[in-house]
Amino acid sequence: MATLAAPVKPSRKIRTFKFRRAILPYLYLMPAFVIMAIITFYPLIFQMIISFTDFQTKDLLLQLKSPKLHFIGIKNYVDIFTGGLPVQNFDFFRILTYNFWWAITNVAVHLPAGVLIAVALNTNGLWFKRFYRAIYILPVVIPPLVIATVWRNIFDEQYGAMNQLLTTIVHWFGSVDPVRTRWLFEYKPPIPWLLPNGPLPLAYYAMMIANFWLGWPFMALIATGALQSIPKDLYEAAAIDGASNQQQFWNVTVPLLRPAMIPAAIYGFTMSFNLFSFVYFMTGGGPARTTEILVTFVYSLVRDLRLYGAAAAFSVIIFVVALVVFLITNRITRATETYSE
Amino acid sequence: MSATTQSAKKKNFIIRFFTMNTSREVGGRTLPLWRQIMLQLLALFIAFEVMFPIMYIITLSFSSKTTRPSTLQLIPTEISLTAYQQVIDRPTANPVTFAVLLRNSVLLSFSVGFVAILVAVLASYAFSRFKFKLRQVLMVLVFIPLLMPGVGLLTPLFLLLNSFRVADCGSGMIAIAPFTACAQGVGKLLFNLRDSLFGVGIAMTAGALPFAVWILKGYIDTIPLELEEAAKIDGADANQVFTRIVLPLAVPQLAVTFFLSFMGYWQEFALPWLFLTKPQDYTLSMTLYNMVGQYASSIPWNRFAAMSVIVALPVAIIYVALQKQIVSGLTAGGIKG
Repeated sequence: MATLAAPVKPSRKIRTFKFRRAILPYLYLMPAFVIMAIITFYPLIFQMIISFTDFQTKDLLLQLKSPKLHFIGIKNYVDIFTGGLPVQNFDFFRILTYNFWWAITNVAVHLPAGVLIAVALNTNGLWFKRFYRAIYILPVVIPPLVIATVWRNIFDEQYGAMNQLLTTIVHWFGSVDPVRTRWLFEYKPPIPWLLPNGPLPLAYYAMMIANFWLGWPFMALIATGALQSIPKDLYEAAAIDGASNQQQFWNVTVPLLRPAMIPAAIYGFTMSFNLFSFVYFMTGGGPARTTEILVTFVYSLVRDLRLYGAAAAFSVIIFVVALVVFLITNRITRATETYSE
Repeated sequence: MSATTQSAKKKNFIIRFFTMNTSREVGGRTLPLWRQIMLQLLALFIAFEVMFPIMYIITLSFSSKTTRPSTLQLIPTEISLTAYQQVIDRPTANPVTFAVLLRNSVLLSFSVGFVAILVAVLASYAFSRFKFKLRQVLMVLVFIPLLMPGVGLLTPLFLLLNSFRVADCGSGMIAIAPFTACAQGVGKLLFNLRDSLFGVGIAMTAGALPFAVWILKGYIDTIPLELEEAAKIDGADANQVFTRIVLPLAVPQLAVTFFLSFMGYWQEFALPWLFLTKPQDYTLSMTLYNMVGQYASSIPWNRFAAMSVIVALPVAIIYVALQKQIVSGLTAGGIKG
C-alpha cells in the first residue's frame, strides 16, 4: 500500500509546483493590468462601441442606454476618410501625412544634432564640461506649456524676438524696414514642393525651430550615457592602427552608439507623433489646420464640435495607426524580448 | 640671418602655444589649444541657444509690469519680486493658497510616481525573467498608453470615473453609485471619483506605466543571471529571487524612474484641468494653464513667468543633481545589445 501511495504524492506536488510556476508571471503582471483595464482598455473598448453610433452631448448622461442613441454602422469612419465631417479644411490623409512627416523630420534633426553635440562635449579635457552639461539639459525640465507659450511669443508678428532679431540683421545690410514675418499665420508654403500632399506653412518651420530646442537635449543625454560606456582602449587601438578622428567616429563611435540610439529615436518619434500640448499651445493646429496632428484634431472634435461619435472613430483610427507603427518599430528594437533570447 | 631665426622662433612660439596640450592628461589623446578654443566657442554658442528662451522667462519674471514684452530683453534691468509675491499670495482668482496648490501637486505627482514604479517593477520582472505564453501580447498591451495618448480616451474615462460617486440621501442613508442610488431628485453628492485627486491619480498612473516598464525592464535585463542562478541553487524560489536580489539591485534605477515619472506628472495640466472642478484640488501646473489665455496680450506675463520659474526650478535642481544617475539609467537597457 505504501508502495502504491508513494509515486502519487510527488507527482501531485510536481503538478502544483508546475501550476504555481505557470501562473506566477501572471500574478506579477496583475496590478499593472488591473489599473490598465480600468484606465486604458475599458475606455478603448467604449470608444470602439460609440464609434459606430451618433453619440452626442444629449447621450452623455445615459450613455449607451440612451434611447436617442442610434447605431449608424461605419458612417463615422466613411465620413473621416472621405472628408465628410462638418469641419472646414479637413482632409484625413493630409493630416496623417503631415503627422508622419512632422515626427520623422523632428527625429531626423534631433538625433544627429544630439549625437554630435554629445560627442563634441565628450572630448577629453574640455574645460567647463560639467557646467555645459548642466545647462544643456534645462529644456527637458521646463513644462511644455511654458515652452510653447514662450516660443509663440518669440514668433509673434509684432513683438516677437525672432522678427526683432531679423530686423537687426537686415539693418546691418542697409535695410530700414522692420521685418514683419507672420510666422504662425502665413498660409502660403515657402517651399511648395517639399511635401506635395500637404502644404507646409511657415508655422511648420517655426515649430521645427522651437521643437529643435526642446528635442536635441534628450538625444544628447542618451548619447552621453552611451558614449561613456564605450571602452577607451577601443579608441587607443584605433589610433595605433592609424585611424583619423573621423575614421574613429564612423568606425568606433557610431556602431557602438547604435544600440542605445535606436530605442531613443523611436521614443522620440512616438513623443513627436503625439506631441499634444506643444502643438496645441503653439499654433492650435493653424493656420487653416495645416499644422494639425491627429491628437490635436481629435481634441478639437470633442471640445469645439462635440462630435463624440466621430471623435471616437478618429481615436480608434489613431490607435490602429500607432499600433502598426509600434509593431514595426518593435521589430527593429526588439524591446519586448527577454534577456535570454 | 639673425632676423630669419628670430621670426622662425616667433612662429615656433605661436605654433607651440596653439598646439599646447590642454587636456591635463599625460599620454593618451591630446587636445591642442586651438581645438579647445573652437570647442569652447561651439559650446558657448549652444549654451546661448539653450539659455535664450530661459533668460527671456527669467527676465520677465523679475519685471513689475504685467504687460506683454515689446522688446527683446535677455538680461533683467530691474529686479522686482512683485510677480513672485503676487503668485505666492494669490495664485489664482479663487480663494486657494499657494501652500494648498503645492501640496496637491506634490501629493499627486509623488503618489503617481510611487505607485507607477511599484506596479511597473513587478511587471518588468515578469517580462524580463519569465517565459510564458502571452508574453509578447501582454507586453504590446502594456505599451498601448504610450501609443494612445490620453486625449483620445478622455470622454470615456471621464464618463467612467464620473459614475463612481458617494451621495448622502439624508436620514442616514448613503448611496454608492453605480451600485445603489438615492431616490430621484434627492441626495447630496459627497464624493465623485472623477472630481477628486484620487481619480485623476489613477488615470495618470496608467499613463506613466509604459515608460516605467520600458526603462525598468531594460535595467533588469542587465542584471546578470548568474546571481539568480546561484540563489536558486541555494534553494530560493522566484519570489525570493525578486525580493532579495532583483529589487535591491534595481533601487538606483527605481529612483531614476520615480523621478522621471514624478517630473512628467508634476508638469501635467490637461487631465486635471478637465476633470477637477473644486479649486481646493487644483495643482501648480493648472494655475499656469489658467494664466495662458487664447491671446498673448491677455496673459499676465510677469506672473506667468514667475509661476513658470517656481514650477520648473525644483525639478531642474534635482535633474541637474541626479544627471549622472539619470543618464546611466536611461541608457541601461540600450547597451546590452
